[in-house]
Order: sequence, then C-alpha cells, then structure tokens
Amino acid sequence: MINRVLMASAALAVSAALAQAQEVKIGLVAPFTGIGAELGQQIDRGVEQYLKLNADEFKPYKIKIIKRDDKNPSGADSKTAVQELLTQDNVDALAGWIYSPNAIASAPVVSAGKKIAVIMNAGTAHITTMSPYFVRTSFSMWHSGYALGEAAAKQLKAKTAVVGYSDFPPGKDSLAAFKRSFEANGGKVVDEIPMGGPAQVPDFTPFFQRAKDKKPDVLFMFVPAGDHSLAVVKTYGALGMKEAGIKLIGPGDITQDIKLQAMGDAAIGLITMHHYNADLDNAQNKKLVASWKKDYSLDSTPDFVAIGAFDGMAALARMIVATKGKMDSDGALAALKGWQYNSPRGPISIDPETRDIVMNEYLVEVVKGSDGKLHQKEIGKIENVKDPCKEQKIGPCAPKS
Amino acid sequence: MSTLVELTNMLLGGLAAGMVLFIVSVGLSVTMGLMGFVNLAHGGFAMIGGYVIVLAMNRLGVPFVAALAIGFVVTAVISVIFERLLYARLYRAPELDQVLFTIGLVFVMIAAVTLVVGPETQPLTLPSAMQGQVNLGFMAYRTYSIVLIVTGSAIMLALWLGFERTRMGAQIRAAVDNRRMAESLGINITRLFTITFAFGSGMAALGGGLGAEFLGLDPQYPLKYLVMFLIVVAVGGLGRITGVFYASLIIGVLDFTLKKYFPQGGTVFIYAMTILLLLWRPQGLFGRPA
Repeated sequence: MINRVLMASAALAVSAALAQAQEVKIGLVAPFTGIGAELGQQIDRGVEQYLKLNADEFKPYKIKIIKRDDKNPSGADSKTAVQELLTQDNVDALAGWIYSPNAIASAPVVSAGKKIAVIMNAGTAHITTMSPYFVRTSFSMWHSGYALGEAAAKQLKAKTAVVGYSDFPPGKDSLAAFKRSFEANGGKVVDEIPMGGPAQVPDFTPFFQRAKDKKPDVLFMFVPAGDHSLAVVKTYGALGMKEAGIKLIGPGDITQDIKLQAMGDAAIGLITMHHYNADLDNAQNKKLVASWKKDYSLDSTPDFVAIGAFDGMAALARMIVATKGKMDSDGALAALKGWQYNSPRGPISIDPETRDIVMNEYLVEVVKGSDGKLHQKEIGKIENVKDPCKEQKIGPCAPKS
Repeated sequence: MSTLVELTNMLLGGLAAGMVLFIVSVGLSVTMGLMGFVNLAHGGFAMIGGYVIVLAMNRLGVPFVAALAIGFVVTAVISVIFERLLYARLYRAPELDQVLFTIGLVFVMIAAVTLVVGPETQPLTLPSAMQGQVNLGFMAYRTYSIVLIVTGSAIMLALWLGFERTRMGAQIRAAVDNRRMAESLGINITRLFTITFAFGSGMAALGGGLGAEFLGLDPQYPLKYLVMFLIVVAVGGLGRITGVFYASLIIGVLDFTLKKYFPQGGTVFIYAMTILLLLWRPQGLFGRPA
C-alpha cells in the first residue's frame, strides 16, 4: 500500500517535471520607447491578442515572451538586443522588427544563432534573402507597391505620377516596385522625391509643394507607418492638392488604422493597396477587433502592424507544435510547408521557396461612414499575391550566384 | 506655373516655418544671453505647453485661442517651479553640469509625458476658419501659414516694444550686455531671470501649440528639434530678439527652398551653412563680439 502511494506520487512528480520542461522562449524585438513606441505597442498587443484568442494552439507548450526594446531605426540597438536574446536568454525563437534597417542589421546575428526569426513588420523585399532563418509574416513593400502601380494605371487611369518616399530601404523599395509596374502599364513617373528619413517626421510642405508644381495625376507616397502618415495626409489637405486634381495613393501605411480618425476629412478619397485594414469584412477580423476594443479601449484598433504580429504568433504556434517544442530550424521550416492559415487579413501561407508571406492585396478607398467616422471601403482584391521582387528576381532579390 | 507664384509659395512656406522657430527659440536666446545658462530642456517646455494646449482642446473642448492662453500660463507656472527648485542651484555651476542637468531633465520630461499621456502623437485639429486655403488674389495659399506669419510678426512687434520701450526690457538688455555692471547698479538679476525664464517658457509653449501642425507633438519633441532651436540661437546671437527673429526667418526660408529644390540633400545644407557661418562669425550673425 505504502509502495503504491510512493510510486503514484513519483509518477506525478515526473509528469509535473515534464510539463514544466515544455516552456518555449520567444525573444520579441521591437521599439517600445522612442519614435516607434506606438508601433511597438501594436506588436505587443498583436502578440497578446493571439495568445488570448488562440491559447489552445500552443498546447501543450508554455510560451514565454521575452521583450527587448530596439528603440530606433538605426540598426545598432536592434543587433545588440538580438545578440543578448540569443546568448543570455537562450531563446528558442526570435520575433519582431518594426524597421527594415534593424532586421537588416540583425541578419548576421540571426544566421549565426541558427534560430528561427519571425519578421512581424519590416517590409524591405530582400531582407528574407539575408538569412535562411528569417520567416516573414508581415509583407514586402513589393506586395503593395507593385500591385498599386498596375491598379493606378488601369483602374485609376493615371498617366503621370510623382513618387515621394522616406529615404531608407523600404522607401526605395516601394518606389522601385511602383515605378516598375506603373511604367510597364503605360504610366510615367515624372518625379521622385526623397522626403526626409524615418527617424523623425519632417515638415512635408516643401516636398509637397514641389510635387504639386509637377501636376501629376497621382502622388504615390511611401512613409513608415505612424506619425509620418498623419503629417502626409494633413499636408496634402492643407496645400489643396485634392482640389488641384492630384490623387494621393500609396501602400496602407498612409491610412494606418490607428491614425485614420485623426487625419480628418483630408483623408476622404485616399486610395491605398494593402493586405489589411480594420474594416475588413471577415469573421476572424470581427472577432479580433471586438476583443481588441474590449481589452484596450473603444477608440483603439488593430492595424496592419498588429496583424503582422498576430500572424507571426500563428506561424510560431504551428512550428512549435510540429517540432514538439524543440524549434530546430529545419523542422520548423518544414512545418510551414503547406501551412494555410485563416488570418484576420484573409487566407495566408508561407512560400517555402522564399519564406515570405503569400496573401491577398486589397484596393481600398477611404470613405466617411454613416457613423461620422472614416472607414476603408474595398474596391478591388487580388488573391494570393507573392512578393513580386523575389518572384521576378529583381535587383537585390535575385539569388546570389 | 508663373515664377511669381512659385516664389510666393516658397517665401510664405519658409516664413511660416521660420515663425514657429522664432516663437519657440526666442525664450532660449534671452535666458541663455542673460544668465549664460545652457538650457537644453527649453524644447521640453515647448512640448509641455503643446500637450496642455492639445489636451485642453481634445479632452475639455476648449477653443484653440483660449487653449493657447492656458498653455502659456500653465507652462510659465511649471517653469518657475522648475527654475526655483532646480535651475537656481546650478547658476554658478560649470557649463558641463548645466548641460548634463538639462539634458537629464529632457529625458525625465519625455518619460513623464509617455507615462501620463502615452507615446503617440497628439492630433491637433485647427479651427475650421484656419484650415484650407485662402485666396491671395493671384493665387490661393494655405490659410494656417498666413495665420502663423501674422501671429509671429505681431509677437515680434510686441516683444520688440517690450524690450526697447519698457523699464524691464532695458534691465534685461543691460544684464545681457554686462551682468556684473547691471548687478552693481542694483538690478535684481535673479528676479529678472525668473521672470524672463517663465516668459520664455510660456512663449515656447505657444510655439509648441502653434507649430504642432508642422512639427507634430509627441514625447520625443524636445530632442527631435533641439538642434534646430540651438542653430537658431547660435546664428541669431545670444540675447537678441531681433537677431533670433531674422535668423529664424532666414533658416526657415532657406530650409524650405533647399528641401524643395534639392530634396536629396535633406538637412545637410542647414548644418553645413551653420558650421561655415559660425567659423566666420562665432558670435552669430546678429550677436556682438564677446
């Protein structure tokens, strides 16, 4: 009898120890202070919402998120943060990266660390070619830029365009993507204007004055999401460019959901191409938006940055469960082959060739709803878009020989 | 597009940006000239003022102009508390101590605002009369830029009259030129400084609110624009209201023009010109040699 009790308690102890060993550590790198703090918060909440709404997906493994602040788009701080996560915290996987320069600077460390690194935002197309352990669940600038170049020429019937961009890698990427497809479809880019950097919001007035003088049909703008977009739309409105017949278009960064209401009526009529907006009409998205507003505040909303993090967690759940919590990179990447996920942005998958996301792109117009608020109305959709930069092997996206 | 229209566009755009610089920086120039105190936290008062103004408008529904007045008063009062409690201890301290203290204060301000209000930019919605375009006869131009130019000029005129025509203005001028002499004539420099400090911070607050349309308003504000404010003061010369005014306008117009025609250069031109100018005239364009 006593023996039996002993044996039973020993068995219990062993299984409890096993259950405890099942913890998987994920290092999360994002700007939690500084100019990108707001974007870092979206990443943070996107992760939190996934863990809350889909807690079962990780079973039986326990997830521990270790956050590191990479502060600014300089690259250096991010690299240090990644190094610390790998060497001191011994994380099983990495995730995060708002800014492209930070993902680019971290690439060698990620390669040396041999841990899967899920990019939740940074959109420069060629980043995924810089380390075999990068998996991207956000977007490439080419997804939206390339699709919008064609839509601008065909659907908006634009003949001329001025491109304005923040002068850093994703800006140049966005310019290249838009220009290539816009000109292939008969349009002409008449001016390319670098408009300051990502680290601080410039006064856009002189740049927009220059664009206005060129009298294009459309002004294509790429600026990093966040405060830049607010300033872009305000300046566009204040300089009377809409009245001058110049349409403002761009990737969804310029109509980021968390900034949209603050833009005011100047935003009405903006046309964007993107993979997510909070108004998307599907069950997954409705569930997320409702939970979000309940947890944070009625005025808050998820946006595309949050979705990159949300779907990043979905991919991590898949990899962790498939590798039985080991997160060996070969096993993890194999687990993403054929993975299909019903995201709030619509169906997504990971292209096994490039480890980059395949998703829908939505052509959207900003309208004022009957509730007096601004909404994004879908006016077109392209399904299952792969990153055209890597698909067509353009520039830095071509495999190195 | 006619040359006249293009030229006017450039001039008005640059002047409007310059006016904001002037309103924020004028206090910095005077306090620096008066006490030789290097107050790197000056932009922090512009930020605090901006927040008071925007929050009063957005949360309490105060109209824009009234909110500006509230921002001025609240910030001036806060700055006096800071000045008496903290700054006063460092007047005789070496410049390095002053720089370290004020830059530390900037970080405290940034953290405090992030904690209390949040990291996001505060949207400022202008009254509808100031939005959109105004017809100038031969062309239409952004109404708010015109509002800024008029307001900035009015402030300049008022400050100039106050500086040149009042007793206190004379005392400030005397103290800037020769503090020891002014002190020995019985001018109470400490009191004078407290008043100018409060007034300068209040002006910065106005600038924070008026400029939010161009410069935005978020916790990083005092660091983001610190260099711009310092350039204006360096070029304009310490303690000279007219100097700061001209320097602001020159920098505003040059920056605007260069950005429009050479957007690839970014802010490099302004930095390069400042360096060259200070090599040629270390006391600034309008300052008197030491």
